[in-house]
Amino acid sequence: MAGLGPLLRKELLEQWRTLRLPVIATIFLLVGLSSPLLARFTPEIIKAVAGDQFPMAFPTPTAADAIDQFAKNIGQFGGLIAVLLAMGAVATEKERGTAALLLTKPVSRAAFLIAKLVAIGLTLAVSVVIATAGAWFYTLVLFESLPPAGVAAGAVLQWLMLMAWASITFVGSTLTRSSLAAAGLGIVAFIVVGILGVLPTVGQFLPTGLSGPARALALGVPGPDAIGPTVATMVLIGAAGSVAWLAFRRQEL
Amino acid sequence: MTTVVGGAGRSTATAGAPDAVAGIAIRARGLTKRFGSVVALDGLDLDVPAGAIFGLLGPNGAGKTTTIRILTGLARQTAGTATVAGVEVGLDRPELRRRLGYLDQDPRFYGWMRGRELLELVGRLVGLDGPALRERVGDMLERTGLTAAANRRIGGYSGGMRQRLGIAQALLHRPTIVFLDEPVSSLDPEGRRDVLALIEGLRGETTVIVSTHVLSDVERICDRVAILDRGRLVTEAPLERLLADHIRPVYRLAPEPGQDAAVAAFIGRLRATPWVTDVATAPEGDLRVSVNDPITAGPSLLAIVVDEGVRLAVFERVRPTLEDVFLELVGTPSADELDGRGFIRPREVGR
Repeated sequence: MAGLGPLLRKELLEQWRTLRLPVIATIFLLVGLSSPLLARFTPEIIKAVAGDQFPMAFPTPTAADAIDQFAKNIGQFGGLIAVLLAMGAVATEKERGTAALLLTKPVSRAAFLIAKLVAIGLTLAVSVVIATAGAWFYTLVLFESLPPAGVAAGAVLQWLMLMAWASITFVGSTLTRSSLAAAGLGIVAFIVVGILGVLPTVGQFLPTGLSGPARALALGVPGPDAIGPTVATMVLIGAAGSVAWLAFRRQEL
Repeated sequence: MTTVVGGAGRSTATAGAPDAVAGIAIRARGLTKRFGSVVALDGLDLDVPAGAIFGLLGPNGAGKTTTIRILTGLARQTAGTATVAGVEVGLDRPELRRRLGYLDQDPRFYGWMRGRELLELVGRLVGLDGPALRERVGDMLERTGLTAAANRRIGGYSGGMRQRLGIAQALLHRPTIVFLDEPVSSLDPEGRRDVLALIEGLRGETTVIVSTHVLSDVERICDRVAILDRGRLVTEAPLERLLADHIRPVYRLAPEPGQDAAVAAFIGRLRATPWVTDVATAPEGDLRVSVNDPITAGPSLLAIVVDEGVRLAVFERVRPTLEDVFLELVGTPSADELDGRGFIRPREVGR
């Protein structure tokens, strides 16, 4: 694939130089660290604020609550960040004219897109790893130790879910010259899939269906089957990449 | 609208190019580009000899940039065919781009990248690596006067520095064919001189397509010239032949200052005179009067000067320049023909 290596190198350097990677990794780390803290201290915070006006008794927080909080935060903040990360990937380069600079070199358009998607994937992967490590450590400190292999497997599923949002946004970024339009597509997909994910028959074949297996793997307990949503999400990412390529290879710059 | 290509006086075939036998670097047949009902390029037939420095001229909106964008694979033609170095043009053709270099009229780069890094990226994309890459990057930085700024971020470069960086990246891999769209538009006089010398140095090794408004630059460096107007090829020929074919006596008249009314009346009378083909006014007030009947023009022009009472500091017959030929072929657009940006309104056709 003509030009993939140098393009990927450029994309990774760009993620670092424009501070996207450090900033996103830091946000994810904060999410990872704060999730077990919130799970552990939320009942006490509510009691301290509401006092006797809140009559319900809170169950004692557990590691499962920490993981649930982490999964929820990564799903929401992480999903939004994945959309923000992908929205300008191609659209901004077309709008600024830098795509023309590279695509008048012996570079295939497929390589141009793959380099970008891989760089987005690596940025999200590094961020998810850092967040998961932070969440695992604070869960250990505040609750109990969780199986590292299971936590790592759960992190892979979380990353795959974020890649689904990034890929859909990436298609929007390829189809238009507007980052905002691309973000709009990503957010609409995020909301629609979130709503459909509640339906049991459909939800297990959507990216949101990865949350359940990710939770079970992290806690080391039996849970929903991971294969269905994993395969479906990978197919979705592949389809998004293919649509982006089919559209981009016919576009004038 | 087929043009007949004679031998380019100073051109040589480029070794290794697929069309080297025919000696043709670029061939376009019926190249057309429409945007809805607007015709940006209308059936362009063009042959560019290998090794030539080829000037693409025309007023704003004539179709120069559209032509270059199609030939470099950035845009798709509505109709017609074109080959560049023997490869058919198209949007996703890495094999085409391996042979060409390209400078946009408004070159854009990554502001976070350093100048040297950009050239290294381009070098890797064209297959250079290791010491050969470093040596070539250093050489191009030196030739474009960017060595001192090589490790600065491009975001801090001036317009002229970006233009020179654009030229460096276009020439880095010694391409068979280079497209330079307005290559000296942002440069100061010194930079302009250096870049023109750099382009001249490519003669015989590389086919260079230069699009520019600066006709004196074209006269200095180009072997051949094509003039476009409203998407159509007006003429294409070796520069010397173009000047010879359109040679018409041109008189330069420099009126003394402080006689605006008399000069205006004088110009009006000249324009109504049958043997005067054009009266152009230079910013400094000089008049260039093109005539088609030199036998009548010489004495009659002086008679009109005397009759209108215009005092002249200079009256001389001069060699016509490319600008004179350009104005004769393309004419000066009227206000109705220009849009708000100073571009000639493109022609429209039914869908």
